[in-house]
Amino acid sequence: MALTQADVLSGLAEIVNEETGIAASDVQLEKHFTNDLDIDSISMMTIVVNAEDKFGVKIPDEEVKNLETVGDAVNFIVSAS
Amino acid sequence: MAKKLVVTGLGATTPLGGDVATTWKNLLAGKSGITTLDKEWIAKYEVPVTFAGQAAVPASEVLAIQEVKRLDPSSQFALIAAREAWADAGSPEVSPERLSVEFSTGIGGVWTLLDAFETLQTRGPRRVLPMTVPMLMPNGPAAAIGMDLSARGGVRTSVSACASSTEAISNAITRLQSGEIDVVIAGGCEAAIHPLPLSAFAAMHALSRRNDDPTTASRPYDTNRDGFVMGEGGAALVIETEEHAKARGARIYAELAGGAVTSDAYNITAPDPEGSGAARAMLSTIAQAGAKIEDVLHINAHATSTAVGDIAEYNALRRVFGDHLDKIAITATKSSTGHLLGGAGAIEAIFTILAIYERTIPPTINLFDQDPAIPLDVVTSPRKIPAGPILAISNSFGFGGHNAVVAFRSYES
Repeated sequence: MALTQADVLSGLAEIVNEETGIAASDVQLEKHFTNDLDIDSISMMTIVVNAEDKFGVKIPDEEVKNLETVGDAVNFIVSAS
Repeated sequence: MAKKLVVTGLGATTPLGGDVATTWKNLLAGKSGITTLDKEWIAKYEVPVTFAGQAAVPASEVLAIQEVKRLDPSSQFALIAAREAWADAGSPEVSPERLSVEFSTGIGGVWTLLDAFETLQTRGPRRVLPMTVPMLMPNGPAAAIGMDLSARGGVRTSVSACASSTEAISNAITRLQSGEIDVVIAGGCEAAIHPLPLSAFAAMHALSRRNDDPTTASRPYDTNRDGFVMGEGGAALVIETEEHAKARGARIYAELAGGAVTSDAYNITAPDPEGSGAARAMLSTIAQAGAKIEDVLHINAHATSTAVGDIAEYNALRRVFGDHLDKIAITATKSSTGHLLGGAGAIEAIFTILAIYERTIPPTINLFDQDPAIPLDVVTSPRKIPAGPILAISNSFGFGGHNAVVAFRSYES
């Protein structure tokens, strides 16, 4: 069953909050992981792996560098689901 | 001319309490921090020893969730202890380049390492936490403190098993005497109450098997002692030059009067039964303090409650002090806390400092039948120290033949 953008955004926001302490409400589609949210590459890898588990998708390592914004990640996960 | 060095801040999280004040109160009250382990892994692995000294306040109740996720439990204890010590010292204003860290662990991030191996085996390499290496490395606790308190004058970790954090305090002396820095945060931590270290120490018959009576299991100097009891936690001291402390009007607990490290080169686990290496460390420390053996009034002994260790330390003490030993008030606080391994020296240094500052020697509990081969004046209920200057030492010895000793003196301005 395909996931909706809203489902993925709220699920991803929870993961980001758990890993980094950033408020879930600050995790918005247009936010850049590095420039806006100050998430480092190590946290990003943990977020990716947790997102794979949560949404039942595979996010290849070579794809992670293309996921610059929260929206990039949400869209990737929605299309892969 | 050597600078006078002073202790201005203390912090700890131990089986007796989540801070120094609670730990000290419970120590003086003769309480035991040892309890039965209520863990599923005890039955799962049939761990032969089912008790230990767990931290009285879990680190997860003190730290932010991200700190808990990104730090091995040993580093969590380290951070809690260091923050308390730093606040206790009045959060000194010091240039980051003149602040350093000397912080030890005996074993390192054993939970992180073994959890990661389990993840690798059950879920594959991609699920291994990216933070695994910085979490398991033995310098992790020191580095976490260094970042938290902006110490840029060098962050070091000496690893010498159960002598580790006494060695760290001794190393602080050389750093401060070099003139390169003004303040050191020194101490140690351990978080090894895990089925593997428990099974491994049990396999070498180092641990007490008194599963049915945990609170009396750690009984240094008792005829029926049958091994040490594992403890966990962390302890930290803020040490600075007297000049720096006085300039900022700091409260001074005691003078750090000396410290020395020697090695036995005898056996990887057993202490040299003659105690010559331990004796040299004590003599060197007392000499560094500019004192005579007759000046030593109190000793916080290593005394882990093992059959061979307690007697070897006694032999070393007799060798150093001769007849004067009978006039020294000895305490073995591992009877209450258990053995914090890499954190043991630091928490015992704190007990030694507080004995001087509060002029009260904390008791050794569980001494039911003192071993006649160890005729020492063991303090079994809190004992007041009469007025006058006090010199006290704290001993730590570790697998590998490591001997480390530090001396503290009552501070006279």
